[in-house]
Amino acid sequence: MKITRKDFLRLSGLGLLALAGKKAVRAVGERSFASSSPPKKRVRWGMAIDLQKCRQKDGCDRCIKACHSTHNVPQFADRAHEIKWIWKEPFKNVFPAAQTGYTREFFGDLPVLLLCNHCDDPPCQDVCPVDATWKRDNGVVTIDFHRCIGCRYCMAACPYGARSFNWQDPRPAIAMVNPDFPTRTRGVVEKCNFCEERLARGQGPACAESCEEKAIVSGDLEKPDSEVRQVLRSRFAVQRKPELGTGPSVYYIV
Amino acid sequence: MFMFERALTGSRKYWLWVASLLFVVLAGSLCYVLQLTHGLAVTGLSRDVSWGLYIAQFTFFVGVAASAVIVVLPYYLHNYQQFVRLTLLGELLAVTAVTMCMLFIFVDLGQPSRIFNIVLHPQLKSVMFWDMIALGGYLLMNAVIAVVTLTAQREQVPVPGWIKPVIILSIPWAISIHTVTAFLYSGLPGRSYWLTAILAPRFLASAFASGPALLILLCLALRKLTGFDAGWEAIQKLAVIVAYALAINIFLILAEVFTAFYSGIPEHEEAFRYLFVGFNGDYHLVPWMWLSALLSWVALTLLLVPKWRNNIRLLAVACAAIFVSIWLDKGLGLIVGGFTPSPLGAVTRYVPTLPESTIVLGIWAVGALMITVFYKTTLSVWEEN
Repeated sequence: MKITRKDFLRLSGLGLLALAGKKAVRAVGERSFASSSPPKKRVRWGMAIDLQKCRQKDGCDRCIKACHSTHNVPQFADRAHEIKWIWKEPFKNVFPAAQTGYTREFFGDLPVLLLCNHCDDPPCQDVCPVDATWKRDNGVVTIDFHRCIGCRYCMAACPYGARSFNWQDPRPAIAMVNPDFPTRTRGVVEKCNFCEERLARGQGPACAESCEEKAIVSGDLEKPDSEVRQVLRSRFAVQRKPELGTGPSVYYIV
Repeated sequence: MFMFERALTGSRKYWLWVASLLFVVLAGSLCYVLQLTHGLAVTGLSRDVSWGLYIAQFTFFVGVAASAVIVVLPYYLHNYQQFVRLTLLGELLAVTAVTMCMLFIFVDLGQPSRIFNIVLHPQLKSVMFWDMIALGGYLLMNAVIAVVTLTAQREQVPVPGWIKPVIILSIPWAISIHTVTAFLYSGLPGRSYWLTAILAPRFLASAFASGPALLILLCLALRKLTGFDAGWEAIQKLAVIVAYALAINIFLILAEVFTAFYSGIPEHEEAFRYLFVGFNGDYHLVPWMWLSALLSWVALTLLLVPKWRNNIRLLAVACAAIFVSIWLDKGLGLIVGGFTPSPLGAVTRYVPTLPESTIVLGIWAVGALMITVFYKTTLSVWEEN
């Protein structure tokens, strides 16, 4: 049998095509095999805040200071421009529906700790036009400070008032810069990040760790034997505005 | 450039008008530079009221843009010949209004240099993405329609056939831009003033009242300044449409008030209370909202009685009243009402600052300049024929 030059080229071309085809089939096969393996266990970081323990020490703000110094949160005197990741508000403003005329007498003015709820179905994520805020695999709702265009649609969408906007350059208003966490620029939105940078190192949130009364318990809400789930099993806890269907991951033990 | 050289000849008065508009644009630009250097802190916005005059103006002018359909639809779908001149004027008004909307969104951004992230990282779940598609498409469509129509009129040839489908498409598209803009607000949980299914119908009704009212005012001004007559019958027909749209708008607002106050659900009542009677000791918007209500009723009365509607002076008063009334309701009350009280029950007063108002005026001046150039070009083509 005689092979002409033309046949040789044709055959080697076909051989190469077959090789590429085999690779492609294998790649597709591997991918479909991977997706048919059991799904990775869901992780959802959450928190239970014991309000009784929280108000044991009058005017305590250790957690607020710990969070704000860890994350380079600027301090502005003007209420209109303030930036806050974790702060306190009177009970009557946080749970307006959870009080009759009489419980208001005792509970109304008691302080409640507030932070981003890291919703299961976050409205802020849906509205962001540039995908700068999203829910991570571990349930933490996070922001890309470098992608945010500062349209503030997420602030309108958040039913909890958890988001702050940098109306001006925040850097001059940071008392002491923590070099381990980025400072922000003017014109972007920010909020509590559930200390995702600490979670990545195997540490708990800074607010929970700073609390001497152990009023803040954090953990994986999907894991039945986690500390937070044990607390939620034994005590009656409420979420903020659960009727909106956002699925807040922060629980309050009243 | 396309026929615009026709706008470069004019009387002393004309150039004085153009120069004063350019001066306002310059003042607005300087204030924008101030905002760029110091951030949005130079505005009256706050953590609680995080959108204000800019976004409100955007919303109001989407309505003005959408209202072009009020002249386009009767002319192209029902062959209502009286509107032959008004359609082109309406389309040019739409082009101007959408351009203003885009400028208002742009000056509201905290990081304007990152604006192309909207194209680089589009998020199909965000209503803002769809609003951009709707507005961009509408701008392009109306610009093409206006240019093609005017060129055909200059050459005294019939318009090319391919433009007809574009014109027909622009009709539902006009409805879509204001519907999608309403969805920006009405789909948000926890903002009870906006969380209502009749927000989009309300937006359309108020748009179909305020937009054509502005068009009537512009026609009356052209008549006085240049002697151009859009046709009294056409203007009267437009006035009747405005009257009905205004009546529907008033009806929809009253339906909202009934639901809020008869149900008595505090969350639904609070924003209305804040706007119309004051809440937690803050009354600063109350007189403005009542002025808006009063102007709407006065305008409706003037437009419903044929004798008054036929009087050119009273017609101008009625149209100006509608424009101011709906500007107050949509350009002030709607946005601030959505943010007050805040999710934590706080009432934070929002008062626009001088730089913020100057930037807004600057964008208005850009709009006035565009309308001046567009209408002057159009009128000079018509005069030739």
